[in-house]
Amino acid sequence: MEPRFPRYSIALISAAALGYEILLMRLFSIIQWHHFAYMIISLALLGYGVSGTFITLARERLLARFPLVFIINLLLFGISAVACFLIAQRIPFNPEQLLWDRQQPLWLLLIYLLLMLPFFFAANAVGLAISRFHHQVARIYGADLLGAGLGSLAIIGLLFLFFPERVLQLLGVMGAIAAALACWELGFQFRYRWLLFSFVALLPLLLPIKWLTPVISPYKGLSQMLHIDGATVVDQYSSPLGLLSVLESMRTPLRHAPGLSLNATTEPPPQLGVFTDGGGMTVLTQGDNERERFTYLDQLTSALPYHLKKAGKVLVLGAGGGADVLQALYHQASTIDAVELNPQMVQLVRQHYKDFTDDLYAKAGVQVHMAEARGFVAASDQRYDLIQLALMDSFNASSAGLYALNESYLYTVEALQAYLDHLTPGGYLAISRWVRLPPRDTLKLFATAVVALRNRGIENPGQRLVLIRGWQTSTLLIKNGSISTEEIAALRHFSQKRAFDVAFYPGITREEANRYNQLRQPHFFTSAQALLGSSAVEYIQRYKFNIQPATDDRPYFFHFFKWEQLQEIWGLRGQGGFPLLEWGYLILVVTLIQALLAGVVLILLPLFFCRSQLRGGLVNPWRVFLYFGSIGLAFLFLEIAFIQKFILFLSHPLYAVAVVLCSFLIFAGLGSICSRRLAAMWGSLVTLKVAIVSIGLLGGLFLLLPQILFPALLQLPELAKITISVLLIAPLAFFMGIPFPTALTQLGSDRPALIPWAWGVNGCASVVSAVLATLLAVHVGFSLVVLAALLLYLFAFVVFRKCYV
Amino acid sequence: MQKLFQLILLCFALLLMAVGECWAADIWQKERQAMVRSIVQDVNETSRYIGTDELDPRVMEVIGRVPRHEFVPVEERFAAYENIPLPIGHGQTISQPYIVALMTDLMGLKPDSRVLEIGTGSGYQAAILAELSDQVFTIEIIKPLAEAAAKRLQRLGYDQIHLRVGDGYYGWKEEAPFDVIIVTAAASHVPPPLIRQLKPGGRMVIPVGSRFMVQQLLLVEKSDQGEVTTRQILPVRFVPLTGTH
Repeated sequence: MEPRFPRYSIALISAAALGYEILLMRLFSIIQWHHFAYMIISLALLGYGVSGTFITLARERLLARFPLVFIINLLLFGISAVACFLIAQRIPFNPEQLLWDRQQPLWLLLIYLLLMLPFFFAANAVGLAISRFHHQVARIYGADLLGAGLGSLAIIGLLFLFFPERVLQLLGVMGAIAAALACWELGFQFRYRWLLFSFVALLPLLLPIKWLTPVISPYKGLSQMLHIDGATVVDQYSSPLGLLSVLESMRTPLRHAPGLSLNATTEPPPQLGVFTDGGGMTVLTQGDNERERFTYLDQLTSALPYHLKKAGKVLVLGAGGGADVLQALYHQASTIDAVELNPQMVQLVRQHYKDFTDDLYAKAGVQVHMAEARGFVAASDQRYDLIQLALMDSFNASSAGLYALNESYLYTVEALQAYLDHLTPGGYLAISRWVRLPPRDTLKLFATAVVALRNRGIENPGQRLVLIRGWQTSTLLIKNGSISTEEIAALRHFSQKRAFDVAFYPGITREEANRYNQLRQPHFFTSAQALLGSSAVEYIQRYKFNIQPATDDRPYFFHFFKWEQLQEIWGLRGQGGFPLLEWGYLILVVTLIQALLAGVVLILLPLFFCRSQLRGGLVNPWRVFLYFGSIGLAFLFLEIAFIQKFILFLSHPLYAVAVVLCSFLIFAGLGSICSRRLAAMWGSLVTLKVAIVSIGLLGGLFLLLPQILFPALLQLPELAKITISVLLIAPLAFFMGIPFPTALTQLGSDRPALIPWAWGVNGCASVVSAVLATLLAVHVGFSLVVLAALLLYLFAFVVFRKCYV
Repeated sequence: MQKLFQLILLCFALLLMAVGECWAADIWQKERQAMVRSIVQDVNETSRYIGTDELDPRVMEVIGRVPRHEFVPVEERFAAYENIPLPIGHGQTISQPYIVALMTDLMGLKPDSRVLEIGTGSGYQAAILAELSDQVFTIEIIKPLAEAAAKRLQRLGYDQIHLRVGDGYYGWKEEAPFDVIIVTAAASHVPPPLIRQLKPGGRMVIPVGSRFMVQQLLLVEKSDQGEVTTRQILPVRFVPLTGTH
């Protein structure tokens, strides 16, 4: 009888490692900016690849001491998960100085290496188990995936319950628990083991929690504000959606009113700042029955629609702390539907600061909905006189191009069409954006509006569009109907009073467009004209930034980068040129390059050192590389594309990640466990063939789903949608769990020395895949990412056939 | 004998220090001139777009004189004359010299201009302003920064700079109106009180962007009739936006 493999400890360590990955993302999003966090974590995951190389090189020695080495790795995971973060967050890495401070790249490298360690130990444990029990690969891999699947759910739950630093402590304990489990499962005993395990388990719990609390970069908004005398964080709330910090400034009022007119004479009433992950401030404004105190809200570009038409029914998308709701109330809107994604944000207004805000969200006519904007609109049968899309992101992150990789389904062509469908005749859609120079977002939005209107059969979109701008913000109006001469008079009056410039309205002249906030050229005016003209396509192509409208398949509104700029901007670095770079996209590319280089080294290293062990026999190592590389790429391609597609369907990024990730991992785990029996019945080649054909069919079917099935089901209740999602994913994931263990089992009987190497190849491919999938999606869209995944599976099958037939 | 030896040693040490000081001053001077040359070159390349062929020679002369190394933390001194922004603690920075030069030029200072600076930081910009105008008022909200800057400016002999710790939103009412206001501290909008404290015909300069990267320079101008307009200046030669447009 075969020895029993340690299934529970493997499942637990896989759960903890996946949880740690998501937790690190959270922690580093608080410390740094989201995209640097993404780069750091992606590279840290190469710990899986390093482990493959390490085990290949030291296989004999490690396997000879199997239970002990296995248990040590579990313990080390727990210790390093906490210790490495502790050290890493004290490294003075400042991404903004990366390009000219020679120390910064070294700090970054050090962070990578530190954070790689926990993943290295976790991967060692699983990799060693696969090598040791290679006849049971399918089950081990199954336990690994099942564990990871449950881990993905558990971590999201934990992040709702506790602050990230607490969750880190808990994950630190998991290593010791897994080690204790492994001792029991393997029947391995040594003296003082319980003492050791208890000690390692207690270690993270005994650390002062303050040491683990993420230290926010001194250059993020919250840190900056805290330098002001009398400013303190009075409240903090944490969830997987972000860490909300409420800041009170006793002596110096906050006075947050971006885009305020130069002619404004009043200032905002007292406010509390609300920071998400230490950046992106929104405010809670003190309630007051005196309408006069809110006059400043009439001095913003976003107040324009209220001057063109009496506001009746208003929908505010992205209500946050309620500034736009206050604005609607100031303009005496009769009913206001406010949609906000983050429930904790709503609670701030409704419960914790109810008195301060004068219970803003309970005022007559105001109704708050905790939902994602697109989902809310899709499920709603209401029509509005005005839909306000609030200015949600902060100027700095936006201007540094840090959002480039963030998919946003709010500003796509389909989104605008959906909003337009919910306007009453003569109603307005108003979207405000930061003015960035050279112009980018505002123009992309304008181009998107033109396409959305044309798609709705409007022959002359120019008749329905108005664009105004201050020095800081712009507001685009799209009317459900033609703009009248009275409205034009009103908008000119509005803009003139507030020193805003009109950039477009039907019949505008060049002279009007660059009056108060002067640019060297009236760029907004000329671009708007060009985007409405017959040569719009060429204009967009020629424009220095990417202002091609975003779509649901390529939902990257904030991606403005064009490769043509790079050389020019690089040449301008001495002359303040760096701010022109779109960092988000470049970080993605740099991450990919780093992952590829590291992956190549890691994969080649064992080939070089253990040539004799790895070469020869039936299986050529290069075929192993191609096979496991392809399925590693393909698995994450599909996973990431699914998460993206389900964000719209489940109307919530968090639900999408939780549901898709968990279902993928669990059902792939089940697939892996069953693959052994299937292979015993049909042989591995037929099993693989069935799996690949099924993946092809189901994946192909999925390409059609978003168009056919999703629109019809969008209005179902959440639970039903989640169930449908799981049912849709289950069969595909089940078959996706088969190719890895089937080939690995085959490999085990032919050349066991190659097993850890294949494990490492798969690990490296997974890291590259996650980054590559996003990069591909930016350029060609998610549908093609799915298609590429299916082709990769097919290719893997061909490679397998070549080996064994 | 021993005492004499000690005296000789002391004299020798003092001599060494004096030589070292001169030598260091000479090196700093050379570095500063190199920095000025690089700014001049950058301005020449950017001239078409920032609307001027060369910056005011007085501004460049002052930048070539004010010891920037005195305004950066000791550990950053080696980079004091590189054309880059540097951290000065408390999450603040000393701006890139090229941007300082551009902003100072935009202000169009005269010796009798009354200047208000919001956000003293290290005091470097205030020192530059004080070299060009007699009446410089500066406000810093972060107390330790303000105290350090006050000491530093005094040590360097900038006695005519009036420094105050506090909130810059309401300007400096007792000393208003001003010919020039510069706002280097982040603000979500141009504070209305500052616009009120600007003389007709006056100018306000605001760098917009993050601590390390200036995206654009906002020049707020108040006409003699009191009408307020802005000019948004990209400090970079990055146009035309479309190839043949």
